[in-house]
Amino acid sequence: MQEPAGQATEPTVQDKHGPLEAGQVIDQFRLEERLHQGGMANLWRVTRLDGIEPELPLLMKVPRIKGGEDPATIVGFEVEQMLMPRLSGPHVPRFVARGDWTRQAYVVMERVPGDSLRPRLDHAPLPLDEVVDIGIKVATALHDLHRQHVVHLDVKPSNIMFRASGEAVLVDFGLSRHDHLPDLLEEEFSLPMGTGPYMSPEQVQFVRNDPRSDLFALGVMLYHLSTGERPFGQPSSVAGLRRRLYIEPVPPRALRPELPPWWQEVVLRCLEVKPERRYQSAAQLALDLQNPGEIKLTARANKLQTSGLMKRLRRWFVALGAEPPTQQSCTEQVARSPIILAAVDVQGATPGLLAKLSETVRRVLEIEPGARLACVSVMKTARIGMDELTDEQGRSHHVKQLVALKHWVRPVSQALKLEDGRLTFHVLEAPDPATALIEFAAKMGVDHIIMGARDNSVLRRYLGSVSARVVAESDCSVTVVREMGKRAG
Amino acid sequence: MKQALITDMHANREAFEAVLEHADAQGATQYAFLGDYVGYGADPDWVVDQVREFVAQGAVAVMGNHDAAVVQGAGSGMREDARAAVEWTRTRLRPEQLDFLAKLPMHQQRGDCLYVHANAFDPGGWEYILGRSEAVRSLQSTRQRLTFCGHMHEPMLFHLSGTGKAGDFAPVAGVPIPLLSNRQWLAIPGSVGQPRDGNPAAAYAMLDLASAELTFHRVPYNIEGAAQRIREAGLPDRLAARLFEGE
Repeated sequence: MQEPAGQATEPTVQDKHGPLEAGQVIDQFRLEERLHQGGMANLWRVTRLDGIEPELPLLMKVPRIKGGEDPATIVGFEVEQMLMPRLSGPHVPRFVARGDWTRQAYVVMERVPGDSLRPRLDHAPLPLDEVVDIGIKVATALHDLHRQHVVHLDVKPSNIMFRASGEAVLVDFGLSRHDHLPDLLEEEFSLPMGTGPYMSPEQVQFVRNDPRSDLFALGVMLYHLSTGERPFGQPSSVAGLRRRLYIEPVPPRALRPELPPWWQEVVLRCLEVKPERRYQSAAQLALDLQNPGEIKLTARANKLQTSGLMKRLRRWFVALGAEPPTQQSCTEQVARSPIILAAVDVQGATPGLLAKLSETVRRVLEIEPGARLACVSVMKTARIGMDELTDEQGRSHHVKQLVALKHWVRPVSQALKLEDGRLTFHVLEAPDPATALIEFAAKMGVDHIIMGARDNSVLRRYLGSVSARVVAESDCSVTVVREMGKRAG
Repeated sequence: MKQALITDMHANREAFEAVLEHADAQGATQYAFLGDYVGYGADPDWVVDQVREFVAQGAVAVMGNHDAAVVQGAGSGMREDARAAVEWTRTRLRPEQLDFLAKLPMHQQRGDCLYVHANAFDPGGWEYILGRSEAVRSLQSTRQRLTFCGHMHEPMLFHLSGTGKAGDFAPVAGVPIPLLSNRQWLAIPGSVGQPRDGNPAAAYAMLDLASAELTFHRVPYNIEGAAQRIREAGLPDRLAARLFEGE
């Protein structure tokens, strides 16, 4: 045992094997073409020689190790090797294989075709519709990542791609942090890690486990794409990075007055210095972007200049001694910021069931102070052809449902003070209420549906049970509320 | 191929049985026992026989400080409870069981793995790996890439990079962690028979030898049964009570 202490495992230097060339075979992969030569890694198009899934296009990422030791490259690559096999779903490239450091380090993954979002940045400002669409897709992708216990920590246009089917795909996990895996970067560097323009204030202060950091970076991106300007410039020093702790960005509408107030509300909320003042989850941001009419406007929406000198001085002074916010995990933050959907049949349900439903919703929200409530009712439309209602009648029907929904939620909203933008209303128009609810919940990233069950057994027999289908086909948790004693045989 | 890393059973038959069953269901084909098979619990003879049987079939087993104390007599460093358990244990073991314990090696190496009860810098000194500095000291004392230790009853994972940066991690049960070949790793699976991290479930870990992935596990077991056996044996009540708290 008393062997001389030694470096058991020196980082393997790629040069040992000479530079990689097209045609070369590494394990079961043949290098076909170098697609990209980056500062940290080279990307190769590869084919698989063992015949498994020959139709899946593949990409091999190989770290560039410059002259011996380069901790940033090595550790970032180790992080990707560790983390990528744990990720799944449409919003990340599928992991295929990793190569051992003692021979040739690499990661082989699904090759997502097309460009990253980076080239679009050169055309900013982009039309608002396009930026909103990007925002929804990226926020949806981030929520999926956060649900898998990972904070990306380097969200920026060059790390975002899109599938042909439309979903955003997040790439490059070299700075990411997984709640359930060792954080190899934690002790490695004495400088903040991230990309200057996008780094959140808490990242500047070395916090690496807050999913809301990714929402800040997304806010920077949305600001840039919609105004053509960077909100915090492109700082290259730590002092420059720290400025975002006390200097507010110029409000987007001061640069482009045609941008609507709700957009400024959303972007500036993402860019709040304190994470607790931002959106509390990516799904909550995606929900707002999909329902701009429901966004509660605050002073953020209409300001046209940054705060005065006194306020800035005060913020600077506070930032001087600023401690990073209390540590918590990505998993906890996601869990405490759910979206709850109350499906309310405002016309069909009995008063007793409506009361029971409202009481259940109140109890759930009481123990979930970070939750948002989406109140939904479905207006049944005819399956085929035009509804017999004229447009005008249809509109008045819609308004009536909305009024009824707001009336229904009033006791809950008052008891829990939900008026601060945690509450939205949606009247869906669809021939089939169950399908409408299931699709809406999936699109809005809903965590928990609370709904009533039809109490009339005759009706249920003829119309089928909406709640039974929602329970069976939804991805999320579903609570079905029943008025006791009404379940006649 | 999967190797179950099992340690600090401390004569707790109920916990050890539950862990063996779990490991078998997970597909373990190899076993490594990291010491402290006896002491505290009421079934030293059964636990020692199990380990002997596994060793006869090729399993790794090293000596723990409680095993040494039963054979050589308790050292001055041992607390009163532990000392009482050691004295009681000696009366319960047959000569061939004591002989098995006496002949256990202090450490074993297989492939790029080192198995040792306390640490690699002074295995017989029984110093604890309390944090990063001891972990680094241990990792620097061996050429082996992976070190597996018992002795500490809280599950823990340490790593040391080629540039000398160390990190620690409190593992989450059931999540496989790739032990990347670019660094050294020191894993403490946690105790089977006397968990002390506030979670009373038995702790162990599973190493997938092909993918070099390590998964920590927690296995609930019949604590009431184990505690009752301790009380029936007339061992100090505290040894039974603490099983429920995992402290």
